Amino acid sequence: MALKTLTGNYAIATAVKLARVKVISAYPITPQTTIVEKLSEMIELGELEADMIRVESEHSALAAVYGAASGGVRSFTATSSHGLLYMHEMLWWVAGARIPIVMAVVSRTIGPPWNIWTDHSDVMDHRDTGWLITFVENNQEALDETIKLFRITEDKRVYLPGIVALDAFILSHTTEPVDVPDQSLVDAFLPPREQPYVFRAGNPLVLGNIPRDLKWNMRMREDVHKAMERAKKVIEEADHLWEKIVGRRHGGLTECYRCEDAKHFMIGVGAWVGDMKEAVDYLRDRFGLRVGLIKVRYFRPFPSEDIIKWLNNAASAVVFDRSISPSVGGPVFIEVLASLASAGVRTPVRGVIAGLAGVDVTHEDLANVMLTSISEVEELGAFKQNVLWFYGGE
Amino acid sequence: MSDELVLPLAKPIIGVSGRTGTWRLQKPTYDSSKCIKCRLCWLYCPDSVIDLNEDAASFITINYDYCKGCGICSSVCPTKAITMSPEG
Repeated sequence: MALKTLTGNYAIATAVKLARVKVISAYPITPQTTIVEKLSEMIELGELEADMIRVESEHSALAAVYGAASGGVRSFTATSSHGLLYMHEMLWWVAGARIPIVMAVVSRTIGPPWNIWTDHSDVMDHRDTGWLITFVENNQEALDETIKLFRITEDKRVYLPGIVALDAFILSHTTEPVDVPDQSLVDAFLPPREQPYVFRAGNPLVLGNIPRDLKWNMRMREDVHKAMERAKKVIEEADHLWEKIVGRRHGGLTECYRCEDAKHFMIGVGAWVGDMKEAVDYLRDRFGLRVGLIKVRYFRPFPSEDIIKWLNNAASAVVFDRSISPSVGGPVFIEVLASLASAGVRTPVRGVIAGLAGVDVTHEDLANVMLTSISEVEELGAFKQNVLWFYGGE
Repeated sequence: MSDELVLPLAKPIIGVSGRTGTWRLQKPTYDSSKCIKCRLCWLYCPDSVIDLNEDAASFITINYDYCKGCGICSSVCPTKAITMSPEG
């Protein structure tokens, strides 16, 4: 173990090196660029034995690592925002082909207007592709979760690709102390790569040909759904194994912060969960309010069971989303509502849309939203508005 | 694992879509006396229905069971050793 000061992007690059990735391809885009710049430097210095494929677009970047991964080697790419959108088609091909790949997405606003700051719209736009999606809160989690994601995606119960999402600049370009595990520990955690099939010369296979029976096509999609369900257990196992070997855990699908006696819950994904923890402390210490926080670590697979468990007897929940599905609400809010409805839980839930386009949201802002929401629900037994747009402090 | 993986994979075999040669409207005919063995027809054929016979008098064989008659071989042939004529 060695404590190093790393940006979120360098933490990701360090994790990729520790995972002994063999092929990397990417196209530069702010704020992702320094991940692949660092990896390229590691290759040049002989610290990482890998090939870096230079391409002319993000679509080609994912196509290149898809090819490499189909050929049997651990592969990695990274992108952001418009780059991820340009890749969109290839995400479906990789997931449908059941080829494990890990990609870092430095989440960034989508234009117009042109904007490089954080929001989660780019990642949420890939909700239905069949990729596992994890959002990290800090740089330590960025490093740990990237390594774990290789193990999870290469598990035979899963065999799906995965995205590790980190917030633009708030994590990607902010330096924090990060505990870097020894290579021997990562080797003990991460077994040699496994995948459902390997393309080899002399053994011709056809991928993606039109099936004679369309039900076969439909079954493939059902299989992706089932694999995503199975991934829940694999994620929990990986978290426990990481704790056993490295001595650190972040939670499996969710982390619940000060939830034991909580009546009112905050729910969120990504870096601002750290601010939500401060808001919880502030509301408890200053106002004596029993507030807890559900940090959704994995958005896909979505932890419905955990949400139902924590909110079953809760007085209210406020979900904070950094993206919006217009006319409905934030993606996390939608999933929370669907989870509760499936179990017949009638806890009042409010969806707050905040921090889009990188608009700053402080822990005081979050606490103020909670104060208003709690007094409203305690007075009326319900929320006046289910979806609330919050632009920040005055 | 209880559930078996369902994959979009297939092993390529000859004629899996039936005898596609029946779709042909124009038929390529090969004249070995004009052939200079450049292999362009073999390279360009989109259906891989041209086989090479390295030492035989007739350098190529066209598999009419699967040739769809697109005429690309005839177009690329520099010596007009392959000509197209109406089928039937």
